[in-house]
Amino acid sequence: MTEWLERHIPKMVLAPSFIAVLVFVYGFIIWTAWVSLTRSRLLPKYEIEGLIQYERLFNAPRWDTAMSNLFVFGTLFILISMFLGLMLAILLDQKIRTEGVLRTIYLYPMALSLIVTGTAWKWIMNPGLGLEAMVRGWGFESFTFDWVINPDKAIYAVVIAGVWQASGFVMALFLAGLRGVDGEIIKAAQVDGIPTWRIYTAIIIPSMAPIFLSAFIVLAHLAIKSFDLVIALTGGGPGYATDLPATYMYTMAFSRGDIGQAASSAMVMMAVVFAIIVPYLYSELRAKHD
Amino acid sequence: MKYTAFAAVSAVALACAAPALAGPQAEVLHWWTSGGEAKSAAVLQQEFADNGGTWTDMPVAGGGGDAAMTALRARVLSGNAPTAVQLKGPAIQEWYEEGVLADISSVAEAEGWGDVLPGSIAEHMKCEGKWCAAPVNVHRVDWIWANAALLEANGIEMPQTWDEFNAAADKLMAAGITPLAHGGQAWQDATVFEAVALGILGPEDFRKAFVELDMDTLKSDKMAAVFDQMRKMRGYVDANFPGRDWNLATSMVMNGEAAFQIMGDWAKGEFLAAGKEPGKDFLCASVPGDGFLYNVDSFAMFEVDGEDKQAGQDLLAKLIVGPKFQEVFNLNKGSIPARVDVKLDAFDTCAHLSAKDMGDSAEGGSLLPSYAHGMALRGAQSGAITDVVTAHFNSEMSSAEAVQMLADAVANSL
Repeated sequence: MTEWLERHIPKMVLAPSFIAVLVFVYGFIIWTAWVSLTRSRLLPKYEIEGLIQYERLFNAPRWDTAMSNLFVFGTLFILISMFLGLMLAILLDQKIRTEGVLRTIYLYPMALSLIVTGTAWKWIMNPGLGLEAMVRGWGFESFTFDWVINPDKAIYAVVIAGVWQASGFVMALFLAGLRGVDGEIIKAAQVDGIPTWRIYTAIIIPSMAPIFLSAFIVLAHLAIKSFDLVIALTGGGPGYATDLPATYMYTMAFSRGDIGQAASSAMVMMAVVFAIIVPYLYSELRAKHD
Repeated sequence: MKYTAFAAVSAVALACAAPALAGPQAEVLHWWTSGGEAKSAAVLQQEFADNGGTWTDMPVAGGGGDAAMTALRARVLSGNAPTAVQLKGPAIQEWYEEGVLADISSVAEAEGWGDVLPGSIAEHMKCEGKWCAAPVNVHRVDWIWANAALLEANGIEMPQTWDEFNAAADKLMAAGITPLAHGGQAWQDATVFEAVALGILGPEDFRKAFVELDMDTLKSDKMAAVFDQMRKMRGYVDANFPGRDWNLATSMVMNGEAAFQIMGDWAKGEFLAAGKEPGKDFLCASVPGDGFLYNVDSFAMFEVDGEDKQAGQDLLAKLIVGPKFQEVFNLNKGSIPARVDVKLDAFDTCAHLSAKDMGDSAEGGSLLPSYAHGMALRGAQSGAITDVVTAHFNSEMSSAEAVQMLADAVANSL
C-alpha cells in the first residue's frame, strides 16, 4: 500500500493542476481559435465562416498602428531596459558600501502596479501640469516636452514609463548573474593586466548569456501583454496613436461587441508570442539532450 | 423530536419565503453608480418598492457600461438573464436577435406608449414590431455651451451657422481665449464630429450617412467639408487637450478659460452643480444647423421564467414610462422626459428648449439618433467611424484621405 501510494501520490497531486491547465489554457486557446473563424458579434457563435475575421483584421488601419506600436515599443523597451539594467548592475557590482539601499531603490518601481506607473507618468509628462510646466516656470520658456500628447511621439512616452518600471528588475537579474561569474577567472585576468572594461566585454558579459536570454523572455512577454500601462498613461490616445494589440483586442471584445474580431487579434498576438518562445524552448530542450 | 424540529424549521423557512414569492420581482442590471445617476436610479427603486415590488439591484460600474455588458453576457450565456437591463439604441435589437428579449407589448399598449413617445424614439423600443424596451429619458447631444460673460465681453452672439462659429472663434483666438473646450478622447471627438456633420450635411444626409451607411454619402464632397470643419475645430482647442475628461472641459468654460463646449446635456449638470444659472452665467443652444440628435437611455426586458418575475417586469416597464418617474428622474439626470405629455414646469430653460426642439424636429423629420453615443449604429460600425474621426482629428490627415478611410473602415466593419 505505502509503495503504491509513493508511486502514485505525485501523479494524484499534480493531476488537478494538470487538468486545470489543460482546460483553462489549452482548451480556451482552441475555443478562441474556433471563434476567430466565425462571424461572432455580441455572443459567440460556432458556425465556421473561414478567414473573414483575419481579412478584416489585416484591413484595419488601427490594427496596423497597434502592430507597429508593438514593434516600436517592444524593441525599445527591451533594448533600453536591458542596457540600463546591465549598466546599473555593473555599477552596483563595484563593491560599494550602500549597495543594499541602492538596490532596493532601483528595484522598487517593480513593486508598483503598472496602473500607478502609468498614472504618475501621465501627470509628469503632461505639458500643462508636469515637467514642461515646471521647467517653463523656471524661466526656460522654449522648453518643450509634449510627447504624451503628440500622436507621433506618444508611443515613446509609453516606452519611458515602461523602462522606468522594468529596468530595476533587469538590474536585479543581471546582478545575480554578475555574482555568479567565477571570481578566479576575473582575478586571473586582472593579474594579466587586462583593463576592466575588457574584462567585462570579453569575459563577464559573454558568460552571462543565459541571464540575457531570461531577461529577454521576461521583457518580451511583458511588452506583448502590455495593456494597463497604455490604458493608464494615454488611454490608447491621442486618437488611437498608442493602441497596442492587447488594447485593440479589449476594445473589440468588450466595447464594440465584435467577439470574432477580438478572437482573431488574440490569435495573432499568440502567434507573436510563439515566434519568440518556440526558438527559446527549442534551444533549451536541445541543450538538455546534449 | 427530530421531525418536529425539522417541520418547525421548514415552516419558518416557508413563512419567510412566502412574501417574496407573492409580489412582483425585478433584478435590474445598470451602470448608474455615480452621483446624480445613482440618485436617479434610487428614484426608480423607491417607486418600485412603493408598488409592492421587490427590487434586486445589480449595479456594475466601470468602462461606460463595458463592464455591465460583460456581466450581462455571462448571465445570458448561463441562461439566467436579469429582468431588465440598461441598454440603448441598436444594441436592443442586437440582443433581440440573440433570442433573449421579452415581449412587453401588453403593457405598452395598455399604457398607450405609442401615443406619448415621439415616433423615431418609439422605434428604438421595438423589436420586429413588438415592444421590448422602455425609454427613460432623452439626452440631447448637439448642444453648444458657452460662457455668457466671455461672449458679452468680446461682443459675440451665439453662432447660428458654422461660418459664424469660425468667425467668433477667430475673434476669441485673437483675444487670447481658447475658443473651444474639448477633451481628446475618442468619444468626445466623435461627439463634436457628429454635431458638425449634422450642421453641414443636413438632417437628410446625416441619416443616410450615419444610420443607413450609404456609401455615396459617406464619400461625398459634403463629408469632406465636414472633415475640413473638423480640422478648423482642431485649431480652436488648446494644446493640452489630449486625454482630458469632458467635465474638466466643462469647467474650463465655467472658469472662463474657454468660451464654448460641444457636449450633450449631461454637461448642464456640471454647470448647475457649480451653482451657475442658465441664461445668466452660461448659455445653451443647439449647434449650428437644423436637427436634434438624441441619446435615449432605456431598459430592455429580458426573457425570464416565473410569474413573479414577469409581473415585476410589467410593473417596472409601466413605472419607467409613467409620467411621475419620467419627471423626477429627468430632473435629477439633466435630460428631458421621453414622453411628450409630462409637465415641464420644474425644468430649467435649457430643458424647455430641448423639449420644444424635440417636438419641432419630430414633426420635421430631423429627430435623429446620435451615432457617437451608440444610438444609430451597432458597436462595430460606430467604432469604425470613430476610429477614423479620432485619427483625423489627431493627425495631419487631409479631408480627402479621411473620407476614403471612412468609407473603407465602414465597409470593413460590416
